[in-house]
Order: sequence, then structure tokens, then C-alpha cells
Amino acid sequence: MELSRRELIQLLLGAPALASVLSPGCHPPPRLPAAGQLLGQSLEVGHRLRDGFQPQPDVGSWQDLPVVIVGGGVSGLSAAWRFRQRGFNDFVVLELEPDPGGTVRSGTCSLCKFPWGAHYVPAPLPEHHLLIQLLADMGVVESTADDGTPVIAEQFLCREPEERLFFGGEWIDGLYPATGASPDDLAQLDAFRREVDRWVEWRDSAGRRAFAVPSRLSSDDSQVTHLDQDSVAEWLRRQGWNSPRLHWLVDYSCRDDYGLSAEQTSAWAGLFYFAARQRTAGSGHQPLITWPEGNSPLISHLLQNLGTSVRTGAAVTQIRPVGPPSRSAVPAPAAGARPTRISPAAQNSPAAPDSVEVVWYDTQTREAAGIRARHVIFAAPQFLAPRLIADFTQRTGRQTDLFRYGSWFVANLHLQDRPREGRVPLSWDNVIHDSRSLGYVVATHQTGLDHGPTVLTWYCPLCDEESRDAREKLLQASWADLADVVLTDLERAHPEIRQLTTRLDVFRWGHAMVQPIPGFRTSRQRQAAAVPDGRIHFAHSDLSGIALFEEAFDHGCRAADEVLEAFA
Amino acid sequence: MSHDSMNRAPLVLLYLNVLVIATCGLVYELLAGTLASYLLGDTVTQFSLVIGIYLSAMGAGAWLSRLVVGQVARCFVEIELGVALLGGFSAPILFATFAWASLFQPVLYGLVFAIGVLVGLELPLLMRLLREQLDFEDLVSRVLTFDYIGALLASLLFPMFLVPRLGLIRTSLLCGLLNAAVALWGTYLLRPLLPRRVLPGLRGRACLVLGMLCIALLKADRMTELAEEGVLGDPIVHAETTAFQRIVLTRNSRGFQLYLNGHLQFNSVDEYRYHEALVHPPLSAAMTPRRVLVLGGGDGLALREILRYPSIEAVTLVDIDPGMTTLAERFPPLLELSQAALRDPRVTVVNNDAFVWTGRSGGGGGPFDAAIIDFPDPGSFAIGKLYTRRFYRMLREHLAPGALVSVQCTSPLVAPQTFWCIVSTMESAGFHVRPYHAAVPTFGEWGFALASMEPVPQQIRISPEVVSALRFLNDDVLNGLFSLPPDLNRIKTEINQLNNQAIVRYYDQEWNAWR
Ligand SMILES: Cc1cc2nc3c(=O)[nH]c(=O)nc-3n(C[C@H](O)[C@H](O)[C@H](O)COP(=O)(O)OP(=O)(O)OC[C@H]3O[C@@H](n4cnc5c(N)ncnc54)[C@H](O)[C@@H]3O)c2cc1C
Repeated sequence: MELSRRELIQLLLGAPALASVLSPGCHPPPRLPAAGQLLGQSLEVGHRLRDGFQPQPDVGSWQDLPVVIVGGGVSGLSAAWRFRQRGFNDFVVLELEPDPGGTVRSGTCSLCKFPWGAHYVPAPLPEHHLLIQLLADMGVVESTADDGTPVIAEQFLCREPEERLFFGGEWIDGLYPATGASPDDLAQLDAFRREVDRWVEWRDSAGRRAFAVPSRLSSDDSQVTHLDQDSVAEWLRRQGWNSPRLHWLVDYSCRDDYGLSAEQTSAWAGLFYFAARQRTAGSGHQPLITWPEGNSPLISHLLQNLGTSVRTGAAVTQIRPVGPPSRSAVPAPAAGARPTRISPAAQNSPAAPDSVEVVWYDTQTREAAGIRARHVIFAAPQFLAPRLIADFTQRTGRQTDLFRYGSWFVANLHLQDRPREGRVPLSWDNVIHDSRSLGYVVATHQTGLDHGPTVLTWYCPLCDEESRDAREKLLQASWADLADVVLTDLERAHPEIRQLTTRLDVFRWGHAMVQPIPGFRTSRQRQAAAVPDGRIHFAHSDLSGIALFEEAFDHGCRAADEVLEAFA
Repeated sequence: MSHDSMNRAPLVLLYLNVLVIATCGLVYELLAGTLASYLLGDTVTQFSLVIGIYLSAMGAGAWLSRLVVGQVARCFVEIELGVALLGGFSAPILFATFAWASLFQPVLYGLVFAIGVLVGLELPLLMRLLREQLDFEDLVSRVLTFDYIGALLASLLFPMFLVPRLGLIRTSLLCGLLNAAVALWGTYLLRPLLPRRVLPGLRGRACLVLGMLCIALLKADRMTELAEEGVLGDPIVHAETTAFQRIVLTRNSRGFQLYLNGHLQFNSVDEYRYHEALVHPPLSAAMTPRRVLVLGGGDGLALREILRYPSIEAVTLVDIDPGMTTLAERFPPLLELSQAALRDPRVTVVNNDAFVWTGRSGGGGGPFDAAIIDFPDPGSFAIGKLYTRRFYRMLREHLAPGALVSVQCTSPLVAPQTFWCIVSTMESAGFHVRPYHAAVPTFGEWGFALASMEPVPQQIRISPEVVSALRFLNDDVLNGLFSLPPDLNRIKTEINQLNNQAIVRYYDQEWNAWR
């Protein structure tokens, strides 16, 4: 059975949003924009793989190449960037989608570009040298201040006004629901900020920060890792903080960064959000770097000069370590497709693997090809490792069941004109308090276009503990149903939104990002995931347990360094 | 109701009608006179002309009344409706014609004459209707008494209540409504004298006119906020809300004032001081300016000063609001004030956000020898971005080597942090900056900045071709503008950047404290 409008709204936006929906009865069907469609990742190959699809390349279509990078998201492209930076060019990136970028994705219309996925990166702290270098290459970091902090060119920093909150029937400045806050609420907010400041200044015996970016550099002192045991909501309560406003702020932050509620997010991850992107006590959150189209310019830059080293529409279907080929097997035996899953080389080599075979499937031509590589960087989501890497679990003894993923809905609304403004003007980030959605960012904000048509990008993670069944149904909801939910959400703050919207597209992210639930960060499973499996190296934001650009970038660079060390 | 009272009541009511008719009639005349003197200036001539035409038209109406034989009552109602329509819409019609056509004077006098004729017809017809019930002496004395009371009422209400509280457009529509009400009411009062079959038609038309006037009154509310005239102090001669801002032009006996979103942009009385100070320091310092950029300044007044330089080959003016540049190009008083600068063939108008335009590299008529930056004060984030370091850096890309730039910088006395923030921000973008000031009586003490990527000249000589045309500046005065009194001493401020918009905060605090 399909979900009713009310069920859909409740699932996506939460109970408070329901109050605004008319009571049951006959109503005219709600007005929808004239145009729009439902978009998503390419599911076909993934589903076929799950059903045992295992194409075999012709013997003649094998190729030798020192390195294959599987996945052209931030982590895979960062590995490629790092290779080139270190003067190594003998690699190929295989990416399943028609466009590289993974969860960084954007669209274009005649007015402006707009994001479909990741849309900001906080300005790096001075310690993150490689990221600073990348940003300097792009002209985003324009100089270094006397105290060593990178100076970001102002046009890349989020422009004021940055954020506002729709609370109690009106827009207010900032994200804290301050209207009507009691002295106790404010005291708790203050105490929370002081606690964050304490963590910002905290150092372990080795001088490491409690929460660092990349998270790999964070302290593993038990004081810090202990935080991973509980949810951040529970942690707040344990500090004696029960202010609903404070809980809302923390809950919003977790939904925004991780797609999880505060009850579902580990306190480690919750505090990471606040403390890792702050330089010193009282210095406040690092300013945000953003572009109208979200993080896509980072992808374009990583892609620069890569040329044919990136193959898109190339779905990797199998990765298998193989030993040295026996003399008779070089070159590969005569033509004739082999029905077996074992390559000629693997069959004949009892010795330790000295290379890795990567089978990939061209989603355009629908033909398979193979690459024999010395090393592979696996930069695809971790849950795919057992599906793609031959005998992964048997060989490594690793499980991946703790890697859980949330789904997200992202909508882009094309408006012919802006909603009416009150005292607090349209900001970059516009959040609605009584909603499980994250509100919207304004694509024209960074361009300086402050009047007339614009594009709003609406984000909504699915984080309530709905049944699997409901979630499946949600992912099957039609465009019309989803468009209506988006408009119902925004209508509360902008009653005229349906009249203003000329087009509304919705993007469904099935496996949008890994979930830092309590215990995951400190789990053996996660900690082991970055350890190479022989010649297969791992890079992906999943390995950090938090889906952030900086993490993906760091893992990509680290994996590239690992490979180069192995070659040395 | 007894037969007796049915005869009595209408009589009193008919006198009331006379009062209303007389009041409205005079209001239309005063309206036309006021409007003509606002829009055309020359109060004495305009008032004399309007009164003369109106009175003679009334005479013509009175004379024409003899042509009405039969169906007097019906004619009376129809004429009332005519007055309601013409008189009621007179002010909106006149404003509209003034803004968009050169036919203003013919339309004005034609309208005055037509209303006069109709009003002139009213009383004779009414008297003929009342003739049956009263003897002649009584009739004349009573009708004329009410007529004159109405005139007195109008002449008191008009300046004391109607214009200051309602504004010209609403006053006109309101009187129209009263006339239409009299007409509708007349169909009941005069029912015994009206043929049955015309009744429904008459009432229908009366309702239609009432409806039209009501709608116009509601629209007028959206066109001009009731309070706006009260706040601005002077009568509004043009008001429109474009996609970008609210543009209001007011007029008083001394001149025009332009308001954008309620902020005074200039007063025609002393705008020359402001625009001479804004334009001549950079243009004269640039020696032979050929290509000039104007950012903001859609009123065309800075352009007027720029075009005084014979060396000018091309001027690009970038103003976000086509509503503003079109108004300046078409609205006669503005056109006259700017000496039709916007129509000069050397001028190219670009309607775009200056931030977006400046961000596009190349094209657009550059590189420029001088740039005049005339934005509204930085009271909002949308405007604050035009005072950021990023903006000044983008501007550099459009300047020829050694080009000079001037910027209007709000009042250094009221808003010193805002003023010095602009100076510091420009310096941080690599400019050499010399701040200066000028007294512009309607604004007060006003601030500017002269900037260049090269050191700014210490002595500026106004080009000889220009100096004789100026009313405010000569060489001594111009160079004197750069010496700032001690109460304008420099203070330290933040640099205004897109991501802090410090200037919007400064401006808010400083002007709020002043008000
Ligand atoms: C809606 C949304 C908003 C986000 N907002 C932000 C944000 O504002 N800031 C931020 O830092 N992060 C944000 N993130 C997270 C961000 O996307 C990640 O931090 C980062 O981009 C992840 O990069 P990755 O390389 O680790 O993974 P991915 O982006 O998942 O890249 C993996 C790539 O592998 C490819 N692949 C998978 N299977 C195969 C196969 N079999 N063969 C070949 N290729 C394959 C995929 O197509 C994909 O391109 C957001 C994510 C989402 C979904």
C-alpha cells in the first residue's frame, strides 16, 4: 500500500509539520509546480551486482596498469590528485556514474548553478596542510596570516547573512531558538559552549587535540573515546542539561552533518561537530567555504589535468588479488570466454598475490574489461567491499555490518521571485524549527544576486526510527508526493511558495552517508577498515565514520601515500 | 411611512446633496490647481488658469442646462455619475499623464473644463427639481447658502485634512465616491420623478462607478502608503514599487525630492552640491577622462556633471533598477534636472546588480579612466556587499592605469565608523584613498572618498571647460574639501568583507543613535 499524504509528511517532516496540514476531509489537490522530476544515483548495476551479476571480460580486453582507483568521489579523486602532486601518473580512476564526484553533485539552470549534495567545507585549521595546499591551488586560500592561519579569499566564504531560523511564526537571526528563552535555557547554552571550548583546548599527553580534522589526528585517549559510548542527547542530559532549545540546537547540528538525530548520534561525533572546527576557546566555529553549486568546484579542481585517467560509466564488478602468472599463462590463453570466475592468472598461481585484477563493466557499451594492477585503491562505500572484493570476509575476517547508511532527500526549487521578506532577510541557510527537514540554502546567495528569481536547495535526511517497511515505501514515493511534502514544509514559513515555484526536482540518496551511531567510531570494524588488504588499499569517508569532505580527502591522500610507499 | 414625511425628508436630504456637490466641486478645482502648480511649478499662473477655466466651464454648464428639457431628474443622476468618474479619477489621470506623456497640459485643462461643465450643470438642474416644492426666493437663498457652506468646507478641509492626511489621489477618489453616492441616493430620493424602466439601469451604473472608485481607492493604498506622504512631509508626485525598491518623488514649492525606500537621495534645491562634489574631483584629477563608469546613480544627475567634460567618449551606467533609469529618462522634471543626460548617445545604461556586473571580467565599455560610485547608504546586506573589499578588488579589474574613483560615503559626522570603514576597506583592496567632505544642506555634512591605484594627486585643478558651469566648486573650494575638521578625525574600524558585512552593523548603530 502506498503512504497517505499525512503519513508521508509525518515520516519526512515529523509530527509538528502535520499540524499545519488540513484535517482529513475533501480538499482540492494541492498545487504543484508545472515541472519537475525525480532523480537518483544509477541503481541498475548495483542491483544487478546484488543479484549475482558477474560479467567476464574477453581475454583480449585485459590491460596492465600499476594502479586502479575504484570510485571517483572525493576520496578517489583526492588519491588521484595526491598521486599527480607526487609525480605519479600511472593510474586510472573507475567511476560508475556518468559524472565523477559521488555525493558531491550539482545542477545548472540559466540563472545559476545549485547543489544536489555536499555544499560546504569549514575553513581548515593551520594543521591541515594538504587541504590548505589544495585550497591554495584553487585560489581559495589567498595567503597565510602571521599566526599561520590560512586566509580565505572572502568571495568563497559564506556571505552574511549566513543563517536564520523560522521559530514561533517568524524568522530570527542565527540558529539558536532564542525567542522566549528562559535564563536557565541561556545558562545551559552558555555552559554547553564552555564545555565545547574546554574540548577545543584539551590536549592529550602526545599533544593531540581531542577532536581534530582530519579525525585520524584526534586523540585516542580514553577520555575522548569514552564519549563514543552514548548518544549526544544522553550525554547532554548527563551534564544536567535538559533545555529543549539546547537539545534542538544539538539535534539540528547532528541532522545537518550526519543525518541522525541527537538520540542516534554518538556523543563523540556530536562534540566533533562543535569542537573540531573551532580553533581556540571562544574563537567560534570556523567560517564556511561554499560555492553556489555546493562543493562541485572542489571536484572540478581535483579533476583538473586528469583527462583520460578518469573513466566514467565504469562500474567495477570484481576485485581479486592474484599471484604471479605461470610462464605458460603469459600472455593470457587463447580466446574463448571462460565461464569460471577465476582469471587465468589466479588459477595458475599458488604464490602470494603480486597483483590485483579489477573487472569493470562499461554501462554505455555494456561490455566488461579487465585491468591487472599492482595496487588498487578502494574508494567506494565500505558496504560494497564484501560484494566487490573476492573472498573479502574469508581472507580478512572483516565484517561490514556496522557500517550503516542513512537516506536523504534533496530538492531544488526554482522560484520566479523571492518570498516576501520580513525583518530578517533571506540568508544562505534558512532553517525551519518545527520540521525534520533542514530547511534550505539559497543558490544565488554567493553570486550577489539579491533580487528576483532564485533556486532553493532543500535538504531532508531520513533519521526518524521508522520501520524498514516505511522507509522502503518512502524511497518509492512518487515525484508528486515528494514535491508536495517539500512545499508543505516550506509553506509554513513562505505561504506563497507554491505560486512562486516554477520547477521542483527531487533527488533521492539511498545510501547517502555513513552513520556515526554510538560505538561505531570506536568499533574494531571501523578501525580495521582502513588497513590494507594486501595490495588493496582503502579510502572513503566511511572509514572515519563521519561523512565529511575533509575525511574523504584525507583518506584519499593517505591511501595514495601508502601505495607510493609500497612502490618505493 | 406617512405621505407627509415622504415629502419632507427628501427636502432636507436634497440640501445635504447640495452641500456635498458643492464641496466636491470645489475640491476638484483645488486639486487641479495644486497638481498643476506641483508639477509645472509657477503656482500663481497655474492657479489662475485653473480657476479661470473651471469658473468659465461652470458658466458654460449653467448655460447648457437650458437644453435639458424633460427627464430632469434622470439627467441630474447621470451628471452626478459623470462628475464622480471624471472628478474622482482626475488626480490619478493627471499623475499618469504627467509621468508618461507630454500631453499633460491639454489633458489638465481639458479635464478641468469638463468637470467644470458638469458641476455647472448640477445646481441649475437641482434647482429645477426643487422648484415644484418651494417658492423661488426660498429656493435661491437655501440652495446658494448650502452651496457657499460647501465651498467653505472644501477650502478648509482641503489644506487641513485632505491633502496632509489622504494625499491628492485619495482625496480625488474619495470625492468621486461621494458624488457617486449622491447619484445612487438620488435614484431613491427622486424616484417619483424617474421613469420606472430607467431605474435599474441607473442604479446599476451608479453601483459600477462606486465599485470602480472603491477598487481604485484600495489600489491607491497599495500605491502610496497612507502614512508615506505624512512621513516624507511633501506631496507625492510619483510613487512606484519596482522589483528592487520603492521610488517616491515628492515636490514642494522649492523643488523635487527623490526617495528610495524612504531614504532621501537628492533634493533638487541643493543636489548640485552633492553631485559636483562626487564627480569633479575624480574627473578633473583624471585630466582628460574618456571612458567613465557610473555605478548606481540611476537618477542621471552624476551623469549630467560627467558630460560637462568635452573629452568624454563613453559612459557606462550600471543601475540595478530599470524602474529608476526609465523614470529618470521619461519623467519631465527629472529629465530636465539631469539635462536629459540619460538620453545622451555616449551613455550606455546597464540594468544589473553592480556586484554581478563588476564580477564579470572584461567587456562593458572599460577600461575606465574614472569611476563614480553612487550607491545608497549601506543599510542592508544587499547594498553592504557593494562596499566590500571583494567589490573594490573586482572594480580594479575595470580601471585603466591611474584611473580615479570617487565613492559616496554617507555622513562622516553621523556615521564616522561607516565612513572610515569604507576608507579602510578600499585601502585594504590596494587603493590609495583621500577622504573628503562637503556640506549639502538637505543631507548635512556629507562624506566622499577619492581613490586610485596610484597615489591620489594632492592638488586638483578643475578643467577650464567645466569650471564656469559649476555652482559649488572652484579650485580653492575643491581642494579645501580634503581638509577634514578635527571632529571627523580618522577612527579604526574593521575591514568590510562579504562574510562579516561589518559596515551594515556600523551603519545601523550609528544612524539609529542619531535618529
Ligand atoms: C545530501 C548530502 C549532503 C552532504 N553535505 C556535505 C557537506 O555539506 N559537507 C561535507 O563535507 N560533506 C557533505 N556530505 C558528505 C560528502 O558527500 C562526503 O563527505 C564526501 O563527498 C564523500 O566522498 P567519498 O569519496 O568518501 O564518497 P562518495 O561520494 O560516496 O564516492 C564514492 C564513489 O564511488 C563510486 N562507486 C560506487 N560503487 C562503484 C563501483 N562499483 N564502481 C565504480 N565506482 C563506484 C560512487 O559512484 C561514488 O562516486 C553530504 C552528503 C550528502 C549525501
